[in-house]
Amino acid sequence: MSIDLSQFFEVFFEESFEGLDAMEAELLNLVPGEEDLETINTIFRAAHSIKGGSGTFGFSAVADFTHVLETLLDQIREGSRDLTAEHVNLLLKSVDCLRALLRTLQAEQQPDLTEADELRIKFEEILGMRAASKETEQAQEAVSESSFNTYQIDFKPHHHLFKTGNEPLYMISELAELGELETQSFQDDVPDITNLAPEDCFLSWRFFLTTDKEQSCIEEIFEWVEDDADITITLCGGLFGDEEITAAETVAEETAPAQEAEPAEVKPTTDSKKPAPVKATTANAESTSIRVGIDKVDSLINMVGELVITQAMLSQLGEQEITETTIASLQEGLAQLAHNTRDLQENVMRIRMLPISFVFSRFPRLVRDISQKLDKQVELKLLGEQTELDKTVMEKLSDPMVHLVRNSLDHGLETVDKRVAAGKNPVGTVTLNAFHQGGNIVIEIMDDGQGLNTSKIREKAIKNGLISETDELSDNEINELIFLPGFSTADQVSDLSGRGVGMDVVRRNIEALSGSVEVASAPGVGSTFTIRLPLTLAILDGQLVRIAEHTYIIPLISIIESLQIDISKVSRVGKDLDVLRLRDEYIPILRLYNIFNHQGAIETLDKTLLVVVESDNQKVGLLVDDLLSQQQVVIKSLEANYQKVDGVSGATILGDGRVSLIVDISGLIKLSGLRKPGSQELIIESKANLEAS
Amino acid sequence: MIAQHDDLHNKLNLEQDQDVKQFLTFFMAEEEYGVDILTVQEIRSWEEITVIPNSPDFVKGVINLRGTIVPIIDLRLRFGISAIEYGPLTVVIVLKVQLENTCKIMGIAVDAVSDVYSIAEHEAKAVPHLSDSDNAQFVAGLVNVGEKMVALLDLQKTMDI
Repeated sequence: MSIDLSQFFEVFFEESFEGLDAMEAELLNLVPGEEDLETINTIFRAAHSIKGGSGTFGFSAVADFTHVLETLLDQIREGSRDLTAEHVNLLLKSVDCLRALLRTLQAEQQPDLTEADELRIKFEEILGMRAASKETEQAQEAVSESSFNTYQIDFKPHHHLFKTGNEPLYMISELAELGELETQSFQDDVPDITNLAPEDCFLSWRFFLTTDKEQSCIEEIFEWVEDDADITITLCGGLFGDEEITAAETVAEETAPAQEAEPAEVKPTTDSKKPAPVKATTANAESTSIRVGIDKVDSLINMVGELVITQAMLSQLGEQEITETTIASLQEGLAQLAHNTRDLQENVMRIRMLPISFVFSRFPRLVRDISQKLDKQVELKLLGEQTELDKTVMEKLSDPMVHLVRNSLDHGLETVDKRVAAGKNPVGTVTLNAFHQGGNIVIEIMDDGQGLNTSKIREKAIKNGLISETDELSDNEINELIFLPGFSTADQVSDLSGRGVGMDVVRRNIEALSGSVEVASAPGVGSTFTIRLPLTLAILDGQLVRIAEHTYIIPLISIIESLQIDISKVSRVGKDLDVLRLRDEYIPILRLYNIFNHQGAIETLDKTLLVVVESDNQKVGLLVDDLLSQQQVVIKSLEANYQKVDGVSGATILGDGRVSLIVDISGLIKLSGLRKPGSQELIIESKANLEAS
Repeated sequence: MIAQHDDLHNKLNLEQDQDVKQFLTFFMAEEEYGVDILTVQEIRSWEEITVIPNSPDFVKGVINLRGTIVPIIDLRLRFGISAIEYGPLTVVIVLKVQLENTCKIMGIAVDAVSDVYSIAEHEAKAVPHLSDSDNAQFVAGLVNVGEKMVALLDLQKTMDI
């Protein structure tokens, strides 16, 4: 019976990656000397299932590698070896290595085994170095695993073997599949024909099997007849392994030799360009499936049930004659339908929501590695890990966050000496905090380091021509400058940060998710980066507005207020820009009909409405003819069948089936020509003009 | 019955052999144009449309096609022919256009649909490059159907906006 195993590959990879994540998390919790048995067990189990799975699917490179890892873990688990910091480091490295191996295999490429082999040698050194009697066996077993052994198998079935439904011939042919088989049969016990009971088994056998398989594979074959036969398996002229773990490696037979031959061929070519293949594969390794809790699925099923009931009720009503009573119940039914639909929508959206711990979980490792590299002492605090976030948002959030955390560690936190000198706790703290606020998720990255150096930023900005020497900026405005392109203040370019691709990329990435990022900093106390993101990218709350006969949608999240214009507070700046003085601020008025080139809109300011919106810390007023309703809209792509349209972030379908376009505020500001590289420019300019007049 | 079936079968084979394709034709400014019928998704009557700001004049806007946003192109304007009022005959032919590496659903608004013809591709003649008119680039070939001439559209060029 042959099953196409490839259909399970994806599941295997996913489970393995999860297992690796678990291993990594637990390894980071391990403190040598005070390790917790349960933690080690978790790591062991994860390693064990990866080994088992990869064996089954014929990824022998992974299976072999995991085997040595597992052997070490097993010894630690049994207490026959003490855990050292070196072990933890090595295990962490192997987690990385395994992840890389699995990624290449997932991408159906030949894995680069150089690193795995190096690590394996190290493991074998550890295992072999302190060669106690028992450990030698296991270490040697790991080595002898791939070489050929000859086993002598004595198989003497009891007379009633056939009655239990077992057929020795099958077992023998299975044995033959494992390797080279020599068979002797003994017929001494066969009685003469008169006494012969035809349903009994009188034969016995002796086999010599030469195979590269483990003894356990042989044992597996005889598993069912253990109680119905005398079986002895002995290794001829070799090592006696006392194997306690049975990995299903029978499938690996054909693929194993091919892959084992690989390292020798691959080694010389890949050494020089080792990072390349890994990078190529990580790009497309974005997972395409999600795990959904059974409770979420159950609640969905409930809801669909209710929906079906409502539908049945409505269709029943539809068949009746329309009277006043039916109209009442029809309305009731429709209300229920609306309710059901909304619940269903919310719950379907919840399926895409995952706790942010998926992103957070990679940071303990990152912080550990970087702090070792920088020789700083850092404590990482994670708060609000259960905060849920849309999966697509989450995937794109991870890179900007890594960047911010690295920055905090590299630039924010001081070295131990400096911290002690400043009277601070020598151990710096980086805190990641996530929470919901309104329709947003807010993620804060806080450090208690030195804070942003405003004078240095200012100096640099002047040098780069971003601001002029005469500009007077508040500290906050100066801090904002770090988000401009080509800005990096690191004293020296380090491996970690300071390559000039920096905060502007972070800001761009986050804005691509229609979010925002801000920084607050106090010298000597620390800095806080705040990322704000919409919970989901698929649905937004929108304000419908009318411009001439066109309906547009403004994301509710960016609207600050809507008002009627007090014409006395409007001043004209430059050629054709009107600015409204609203409390202490000057709000430039964007005439949407101009920007969108629509005819027939109301042009006189006091007859229209102004929707004040904010994007990138820039407030602008959008002139609209009328405010219509507010509603949740499902975002549809315009690019799918058309192309990107400036000033429009997407489209949606309204209740009456018409298409309406969603306004992209920051795109609009760009389109209007207001946006200069430094968003402050415009405000400052207009202020200056006003004061002059 | 069986004979009939065989007959039909032979005929179909014959058609395949001679790279015969079916083309949907439509009228625009008295001229007849054709598109491969396999690219046609559906034919709709003209309906209200949502204007896309700052788009070229031949992009009339987008419609909702069962949840998909589909742009509609006025073929007259695309070809630089003077626009006419949309009337009851005005139709939108929704096409699936294979562009370089994507496949887009787009609609073209034309004066009226005409007929479906079977045309062997090798019968199509190249467009003479006589005039400076840009429109020649939108036509893949010309064929004669009876007394009439039909211009076969090069959809990739036409829809590459």
